[in-house]
Amino acid sequence: MRFKLNSLSTIASLHIGEVGYISEESLDNIPLKLLEMGCLPGAEVELVQVAPLKDPLYICVNGSHLAIRKETAAKIKILKS
Amino acid sequence: MSNNDIKVALIGNPNTGKTSLFNQLTGLNQKVGNYPGITVDKKQGICKLSATQNAVVTDLPGTYSINPTSLDESIVLKTLLKKDIKESPDVILVVADVENLKRNLLLFSQIKDLEVPTVLAINMVDQMAKKGISIDLSLLKKELNTEIVLISARKNEGIEQVKEAIIRCHVAAKASPLCGINHQIDPDYFTKLKEISTSYSLYELWLMVTQNSYPEAITTEEKKKLIAFKQDTSKLKKYQHKETIYRYQEINKILKKTYIVDKSKATDLRSKLDKVFTHKIFGYVFFVFLLLVIFQSVFDWASLPMDFIDSTFAQIADFAKSSLPEGVFTDLLTEGIIPGIGGVIIFIPQIAILFLFIAVLEETGYMSRVVFLMDKIMRRFGMNGKSVIPLISGTACAIPAIMATRTISSWKERLITILVTPFTTCSARLPVYAILIALIIPNTNVFGFLNLQGLVLLSLYGLGFFTAILAAYILHKTLDVKSKSFFVAEMPNYKLPSVKNVFYEVLEKTKSFVLEAGKIILALSIVLWFLASNGPSAYKNAEKNTIENVANKNITDAELQQKIASAKLENSYIGILGKTIEPVIKPLGYDWKIGIALITSFAAREVFVGTLATIYSVEADDEDTSTIKEKMASEVNPETGKKRFNFPVGMSLMVFYAFAMQCMATLAIVKRETKTWKWPLIQLFGMAFLAYVSALFTYQILN
Repeated sequence: MRFKLNSLSTIASLHIGEVGYISEESLDNIPLKLLEMGCLPGAEVELVQVAPLKDPLYICVNGSHLAIRKETAAKIKILKS
Repeated sequence: MSNNDIKVALIGNPNTGKTSLFNQLTGLNQKVGNYPGITVDKKQGICKLSATQNAVVTDLPGTYSINPTSLDESIVLKTLLKKDIKESPDVILVVADVENLKRNLLLFSQIKDLEVPTVLAINMVDQMAKKGISIDLSLLKKELNTEIVLISARKNEGIEQVKEAIIRCHVAAKASPLCGINHQIDPDYFTKLKEISTSYSLYELWLMVTQNSYPEAITTEEKKKLIAFKQDTSKLKKYQHKETIYRYQEINKILKKTYIVDKSKATDLRSKLDKVFTHKIFGYVFFVFLLLVIFQSVFDWASLPMDFIDSTFAQIADFAKSSLPEGVFTDLLTEGIIPGIGGVIIFIPQIAILFLFIAVLEETGYMSRVVFLMDKIMRRFGMNGKSVIPLISGTACAIPAIMATRTISSWKERLITILVTPFTTCSARLPVYAILIALIIPNTNVFGFLNLQGLVLLSLYGLGFFTAILAAYILHKTLDVKSKSFFVAEMPNYKLPSVKNVFYEVLEKTKSFVLEAGKIILALSIVLWFLASNGPSAYKNAEKNTIENVANKNITDAELQQKIASAKLENSYIGILGKTIEPVIKPLGYDWKIGIALITSFAAREVFVGTLATIYSVEADDEDTSTIKEKMASEVNPETGKKRFNFPVGMSLMVFYAFAMQCMATLAIVKRETKTWKWPLIQLFGMAFLAYVSALFTYQILN
């Protein structure tokens, strides 16, 4: 697998059904609570669904299905395969 | 509860079946109390572990980690950190969901590091085959160094083994940490931390530093040293992040050896249902439809038992009146206490049905989808997707609704939700609306099929919701409360609701409503009765004066009795009170009699009808609404010679009741939840002001 680091790629920029990997450099931007719920650097994250008003986002990471707000998602950088 | 009992704390992530396990372990031996000093409900139950050994099981709120972000979660920390020695558990029972074992083990690893004997119950193992999961149990036990039991709480499988494991674990009383957090992060730092005290585990000391929460037994010196560690907050944050990542690394290592998932076997009910329930149009349509079904059922299903309760209490009062000797005590019983208790009991059917729906929605996992759908909308008004649940529950009663705000982690969002929830039309407003609508709105159809009375009732519900949202928006823009807005909600798997869990939930919530509200309503009805049946000298002479006044007129005995009662009331303490406030409420179209009902309603809205019933000297018997209705319909305004309850007065009253904060029980709960009198007082005066102004405009425009 080849990774592209695009500085604009965050969880918020994923399309529905698309998968990315949380980048190590995002560690400080991930709230502790999200880390504890499995949103870890290196983890595969999938955008499952977007709420009708484009916010919040419904993601699946490390087996956890979570709804997070777009502003939080936009701070978490990802690598796309 | 004896000293011999093992104290067990039940802890786990939300949606892991923790409640199912608690219900299986304790059955109906449950009670809800309060944590000392804090005001969150504590659910405890007695569990028979063996013939000779009992356990007291405390059900702690669901949490993903010991580090709290909401009021609910902070209870877990406080209990585990031995805030109160009497509360600290002998054995901790951690419940984990087999499907999400990795994340569940994070909490387990934190618990294990507290060095308290721990049992791990892996739940929903009946789903393993379906989800393609296999576990090497003996290796996992060894790796985690703990007692593990595979259970299926809903099917009552493995419960006996859990009990045995608790006893074994308690007897062995050994506990060792799982993750040595010190070496991996900063050995020097953590070695120094450990040196502060020998009475606590390293992880306990670390929690005291990061969470600023200290056990009762800590010495001042130790505390001073711990506080010194807190100076560098950015370092703390960094270390907490590192700690979490380290824990996950350890868990991954262990699970790699012991836990296999064959993903091809996973069925995908979740994504199919999600497509429907979170769809941009259908998702909302379904939600609105569901709300309509709920309200419809609450009124339809509840009407029969409510009528029954009503007539039963009337009969009890009648029976007491006829069989007890006449006197003050009998009057107190039949006019104060019995109707007072009846006034609480009558709401049980509606509240229980509403709680039933809410419990089912939560159990199935649908409520999380509503939170997801509504978060963006609610945020515009300074609230949170999670505020939807209190606003819906508020239509039954604001008390449990306000308690349901505890899951909202942002203080500002939670506060706004608490402040606006009393605007939603609770069941106590219904009797008031019902009688006023029947009086002033003709029972006709509009557009051929819509009943006008029903339409007015529906618009009153709409008015309540609309005002709540509007008030939230104003508070959002004006409240200067600093609080970080952070939102994360788990989207649990869909599942069929467990009858047992729903039953216990409804039972417990209804019971606490009856007790909380009951105390106040009962006390108030006694005070009311006293004020209405006592008074200064004019009251005592009322009977004599009335008889003298009508001496020459030709009236029946019944009419005379009625006139005496009215004269007595007018001169009783409560009558004097009504007369005093008459000038203030006159512009709203009310007289002193309505004024009395307004005053008494500040304790609880539903008292309105009963008070008017007493005032118009009719039997306070809701079953017989036609009489009180007729009385109200024939009540004449002496100044105009027309009906007192005309359209403008009725509308003005309904608007007043829609807005005014007339519920002592809610005020008490708001005080409890916000820990200050400031917010309930703002609520009381703000809402009263709004009610007065709106009612004033309504009356003046319509008149």
